[in-house]
Amino acid sequence: MSEIAAPAKGKSLKELDRAVVRFAGDSGDGMQLTGEQFTTESAWAGNDIATLPNFPAEIRAPAGTLFGVSSFQLQFGSQRVYTPGDRLDCLVAMNPAALKVHLRDLKPGGLLVVNTAAFDKRNLDKAGYAANPLEESTLAERYRLHKVDMTGLTYEAVKDLPLGTKEKDRTKNFFALGLVSWIYTRPLEPTLEWITKKFVKNPSIAEANTRVLKAGHAYGETAEIFAEHYTVEAAEMAPGLYRAMTGNRALAWGILAAAERSKVPVVYGAYPITPASDILHELALHKRFRVRTIQAEDEIAAITAAIGAAFGGAIGVTGSSGPGIALKGEAIGLAVTAELPLVIFDIQRGGPSTGLPTKTEQADLMQAMYGRNSESPVVVLAPATPGDCFYVAYEAVRIATKYMVPVMVLSDGFLANGSEPWLIPDPQTLPPIEIGFRTEKEGFFPYLRDPATLARPWVRPGTPGLEHRIGGIEKQDVTGNISYDPDNHDHMVRTRAEKVRRVAQEIPPTTINGPATGDLLVVGWGGTYGAITAAVERAQTEGRAVASIHLRYLNPLPPDLGHILREYRKVLVPEINSGQLVRVLRAEYLVDAVGFNRVRGLPLASEEILEAITQLVEGHV
Amino acid sequence: MSAGGAEAKEAPKYTKKDFESDQDVRWCPGCGDYAILSAVQKAMPDLGIPKEDIVFVSGIGCSSRFPYYMNTYGFHTIHGRAPAIATGLRLARPDLKVFVVTGDGDGLSIGGNHMLHVLRRNVNVTILLFNNRIYGLTKGQYSPTSELGKVTKSTPVGSADRPVNPLAFALGCGATFVGRTVDRNIPHMEEMLKRAARHRGAAFVEILQNCNVYNDLAWNVMYDKEQKLQYELRLEHGKPLLFGPQDDRRAVIMDGVRPKVVTAKDVPASALWVHDESNVNAAKLLADLFAPDFPVPIGVLAAVAGPVYEEIMLDQEQKAISERGPGDIAKLLTSGDTWRIS
Repeated sequence: MSEIAAPAKGKSLKELDRAVVRFAGDSGDGMQLTGEQFTTESAWAGNDIATLPNFPAEIRAPAGTLFGVSSFQLQFGSQRVYTPGDRLDCLVAMNPAALKVHLRDLKPGGLLVVNTAAFDKRNLDKAGYAANPLEESTLAERYRLHKVDMTGLTYEAVKDLPLGTKEKDRTKNFFALGLVSWIYTRPLEPTLEWITKKFVKNPSIAEANTRVLKAGHAYGETAEIFAEHYTVEAAEMAPGLYRAMTGNRALAWGILAAAERSKVPVVYGAYPITPASDILHELALHKRFRVRTIQAEDEIAAITAAIGAAFGGAIGVTGSSGPGIALKGEAIGLAVTAELPLVIFDIQRGGPSTGLPTKTEQADLMQAMYGRNSESPVVVLAPATPGDCFYVAYEAVRIATKYMVPVMVLSDGFLANGSEPWLIPDPQTLPPIEIGFRTEKEGFFPYLRDPATLARPWVRPGTPGLEHRIGGIEKQDVTGNISYDPDNHDHMVRTRAEKVRRVAQEIPPTTINGPATGDLLVVGWGGTYGAITAAVERAQTEGRAVASIHLRYLNPLPPDLGHILREYRKVLVPEINSGQLVRVLRAEYLVDAVGFNRVRGLPLASEEILEAITQLVEGHV
Repeated sequence: MSAGGAEAKEAPKYTKKDFESDQDVRWCPGCGDYAILSAVQKAMPDLGIPKEDIVFVSGIGCSSRFPYYMNTYGFHTIHGRAPAIATGLRLARPDLKVFVVTGDGDGLSIGGNHMLHVLRRNVNVTILLFNNRIYGLTKGQYSPTSELGKVTKSTPVGSADRPVNPLAFALGCGATFVGRTVDRNIPHMEEMLKRAARHRGAAFVEILQNCNVYNDLAWNVMYDKEQKLQYELRLEHGKPLLFGPQDDRRAVIMDGVRPKVVTAKDVPASALWVHDESNVNAAKLLADLFAPDFPVPIGVLAAVAGPVYEEIMLDQEQKAISERGPGDIAKLLTSGDTWRIS
């Protein structure tokens, strides 16, 4: 952090490497929108970014309550940003409940901005405050507290506009946005542009939001209370064209890319479920890609429609969250034995049962791998970041159609809703998806096998001379005729497993982040990539012989994994579950891997992973 | 973009034999399914659809083994889900002629929800529901169409749940074609199958079928010569609802808003109820008629036109493509807010 020349009006401008900001307020306060706009402004500023939206499952939770608090956190930096951050540099609390829920995450000495107007008796009661914390000395002693009457200043800015009180009140989030944009020297242009576009049909609302945003910004610039503000220089990122990308949109677009490349239409079957519904919404927008979406009557119909489509020679895709995947289990087994290509998205959330619908978790790995009757192996992939979801969805289609297998993609609530600046790829650089439907009559059998992949031929009904029947009953290899023969069943069980194992030949060499040999290897999968990488890099700067790998292929596992695991004295597996991948690794490789597990509905913090690394390396565990 | 696409292609001159697969049929000897299979295979050549364009989809149960015996494309899936499988198949391939074969347990119990939605959406599929009022493949438990008080292995002192009426259910779901036929009446079955297969939209046909092992003669009212003569009501569009022996013709008429059985010669022709397939409300009344208080209607209860789910979906797709061109992923990726880092 270096002090640079102060700007006008005697305020000093400090340069920061990174900052973690959280906006928190009522569900109806527009905190998600505020956070998203602040993210866009930071992207314009050229920073690397990671975001963490966090909101209650209730659509309009009662105002002012602790469980109705909605928040949006982001970290932006001039260097690589892997996570939304552990501890906050700045907390914006729009009401007492938001303060109560989020204050514990603010660093000592951190910036605390509160909307004083919301600290009335009623709201204080709802948040469980006996006395107004803003009137006590503790807050101001511990944090840099800025008490701002955002509501009053907002009304003042829009008093002459022909709007109702409710409409005026709803713009106060942009006061907060304007103020924090000033504090961190963010450009207002993207938000001003957004306002113009969004409210093109309602000039009064557009005017109100514009004025309030600018009022917040001006308040920071002129108010006596803000002695300094900050700048975070543009990050050194790979050159190219970027966009903000969320995991759910990336999954959807990965499917669109696969549809375009393979020239085969897609049928996406889904039943509304948090946090997977946005994939359905996104795909429904893109009919031009020949993606046909079915909002099915239930989870089972959603997957069976996709399987029916696959039988018809389309790319069948279904998406859900853990509870929906549980319902789809029997149908996944049908796709396994019918040997049809199928892509299944599981956007994991807190469970069991309804659990924590809007919170993240990684506890469906075992369900993905083993959650069906009998021996029914499927390929399991997991994206590491929101943008990575694009590539993993595409890869899932490629593998499913090449090997005639179901492929499960394990995303999670954090990846689904979180966004990152994403370097837009040239679609031509994606590997080809070559789908060759069989049309040759000579020598055809429905379960003939490709010698390299063991895939059976994919035949589109409508092809003369290849009429055949398949189904869920065990069939004789090659002919596909119903067979109850014991040895054939054993052979088919092994064949279906071998088919999945052979997908290992698609897996590139594992990237090791750190030394090829050392004291500790941290093994992760899915949405914990950022937290693990940040922790491991910090451990490395502290001089520890620590490396990490992040598994994108969970079934089958990478062929070089067994060798890599043996190159380190200890193995640590951080997961947002009670220890699922760690069991797989122990069973598969007889390695004494140790788990680090927190199941709080939140992403892992890199600080806690670093602590686990330190303890393990120093031999405390 | 309809099943008409399949029919537009010139089909070879088929015989019944062309639709027989090489698989051994594994139903119990004497099962009503044999007659249904034979009627379907006989009806197929008249549909004029190339057999490679025909798919039979089924769920689980005795009836659901059906696709294995048809020399067409076939998919024997999981319990109750055939209507959903068929919906996805039609959306992917509107050029195919799709049949769903199901039973009373498969289609009305475990798969009742899917049956509701395939009918409501009016997906262009022909649904053949074999109703034997029993679970056969699991060896004789009562089914959702079994009569109240049915004694079976799972209900040793009689079932406590009232049966569902498949025809009333289908009409309640908004089905655009509802018919009933009987496994021991092959010519009538063939006629119904052809009518149903040519319907544009979801066609639902209940086939009263005998399970001679677990529920023999459940439909004896349609098998026993004397009872059949007394109770069979052949529905014919434009014809009055007359039934019974020639020397004792009876009629179903409307008494206020209730159907009533009268001696035909006692009522003037103007009071007769003339069957009209386009009248869904009348069909709902017909669906509830059954022996012994009423005759048993067979034939087409209702056949009306309705919007077809996959046609609407594919029209939307075509419209999007013709207005804005096919999708372009490179363009999409760079659309909206982007920024360049150099």
